[in-house]
Amino acid sequence: MGASWNGAARPRKNVNTELAETIMTDTIESQIGSEDEIVIEMKGVNKWYSDFHVLKDIDLSVTKGERIVICGPSGSGKSTLIRCINHLEEHQEGIIKVNGTLLNENSKNITQVRREVGMVFQQFNLFPHMTILDNLCFAPIWARNMPRAEAEKTALRYLERVGISEQKDKYPGQLSGGQQQRVAIARSLCMNPSIMLFDEPTSALDPEMIKEVLDVMIELANTGMTMLCVTHEMSFARSVADRVIFMDGGEIVEQNTPDAFFDNPRVDRTQQFLSQILTH
Amino acid sequence: MDDNTIIFQPAPARPAPSSRVGPRAWLRANLFGGWKDTVVTLILLAILALTLPGLVDWMFVRATFFGDADNCRQAGGACWPFIVDKFNVLMMGVYPQELGWRPAVCAIALIVLAALTYTNRVRGIVLIVAWAILPVFALFMIGGAFGMREVDQSLWGGLMLSIMLALVGVIVSIPLGVLLALGRYYGPPVVKSLCVAFIELLRGVPLITILFMASVMMPLFLPPDLVINNLLRIQIAMILFSAAYMAEVVRGGLQAIPAGQTEAALALGVSRARTIAFIVVPQALRHVLPPLVGRCIALFKDTSLVIIVGLLDFLGMIKNASLDTTWLGFQAEAYVFAAFVYWLICYSLSLYGRELERRGPSAQKR
Repeated sequence: MGASWNGAARPRKNVNTELAETIMTDTIESQIGSEDEIVIEMKGVNKWYSDFHVLKDIDLSVTKGERIVICGPSGSGKSTLIRCINHLEEHQEGIIKVNGTLLNENSKNITQVRREVGMVFQQFNLFPHMTILDNLCFAPIWARNMPRAEAEKTALRYLERVGISEQKDKYPGQLSGGQQQRVAIARSLCMNPSIMLFDEPTSALDPEMIKEVLDVMIELANTGMTMLCVTHEMSFARSVADRVIFMDGGEIVEQNTPDAFFDNPRVDRTQQFLSQILTH
Repeated sequence: MDDNTIIFQPAPARPAPSSRVGPRAWLRANLFGGWKDTVVTLILLAILALTLPGLVDWMFVRATFFGDADNCRQAGGACWPFIVDKFNVLMMGVYPQELGWRPAVCAIALIVLAALTYTNRVRGIVLIVAWAILPVFALFMIGGAFGMREVDQSLWGGLMLSIMLALVGVIVSIPLGVLLALGRYYGPPVVKSLCVAFIELLRGVPLITILFMASVMMPLFLPPDLVINNLLRIQIAMILFSAAYMAEVVRGGLQAIPAGQTEAALALGVSRARTIAFIVVPQALRHVLPPLVGRCIALFKDTSLVIIVGLLDFLGMIKNASLDTTWLGFQAEAYVFAAFVYWLICYSLSLYGRELERRGPSAQKR
């Protein structure tokens, strides 16, 4: 089914290079390395919420720079899957390795992984009691011991990249949903992650604001960032993803290139799901 | 856009109709909104008409403002010279008069710091440190340090003592309450049950009982060579009592913080302790500011209970003063004055709390 996927040559679509060139130079530097290097490895991962079996024997390898879209009906375990990658959820069986670090009870390992993996949430989760600038500086200062001046410099650079530097002294509550989500993306990038996880980043947004967030994500994809994105934005999946994964009932049902996935799904459950979301 | 496109022009906003603004509209909306409102308004006006003239007559018209006890008895109204005569005692108790400037300096320091906080001149860590230092400074000033004459705690009294007990109580019990709440909410089972036990024990007993315990029973349990003075024991009792209540208030705030906030901070690689300290607790405290201010006011009023364990606080001095043979028969004035002072301080605290609430991100959201 999707087993031959790891390390296969991937076409780079959407060459929106003009913006991509300017964005996130740090990220590009950290991305230089073997293209086929496996950065996330999940083997036989199982998870239960009390006795509800939410993830069933998940095997997944992600190579450096790969852009993966995960879709599926609600309750299929897609959010849980990516939340296991930075250990916001604990898995009970199997192995998860991120950048070679094994995720287990060792809190040092967990912190190590979390510093390398950025996450963007559906509800933005900005800190409402801090200004936008302080939101961005918080983690570099308190998790990386970066001097404040340096943290602010980095923060301003990323705010500029996502196009909201003039809002830096406002509070999150004063921004629109789209702006808040862009701040949330910038906040993750300030920790200079090598992998970004997106958990339905546009699901809580008004229709007019979805595009501004997707644009930032597309720019990010063009920098070569490894991305795992739970989303129902199928146009995004088609234009940006290297691989689309369909989940149901805690299992990976099907995975393929976006073209093959959308035009020629092989499993009946996938066909049914796609017909539901594409023809409403 | 082709030539057939209709250009959308937002309509300009118009002023509200005149029936919605102005004094008549205000009266209508607030006092005479319907027959029920009108009846309530008239009943309240009648009650005021019955009580207010007598009160004003006693307090101001027939009252004596200058003179002595005999003048007062002839006039028949309120006797305010009594309060003036006893003012120092009410404020400081039997504290040596010639050293009165020391508590006065503390009072000024308190007022200045409160004003700086209110006007938002001082912020962040400086503010917290200043408020933490203030009670220590006051203790040294009033008790005597840096080569100043020592004044024994048994001589402390009056409003000064009430404010000291409340101020130290609030400043120590809020951080203690936060720790207890964190222990109860996040702690491992052992810590959690200890915190629950402490909180429920202290909340399940009246303050008077705790004060008696501290004053009378505690010395029996302590080793004989460990002497803690009565005032300190009472102060500790009040802090512990207050902390139990503060803990429950703060816990309410902790529960109101969405899980996403902690998740976002943890996902950024920030440690759990720092997430709680910088993300959860500040937001939780902001959420519970109204009940927290309420607890501070309650604590200030509770200080009046220390009279039963032998401390002469403000209310204690009021009672003492009204027993003075020269001024016999003017109890009412003393208690009216006491009520006024308590109200003034509590209402100021309330206004103060409202201003703190008004500030900050949650206010700007709306």
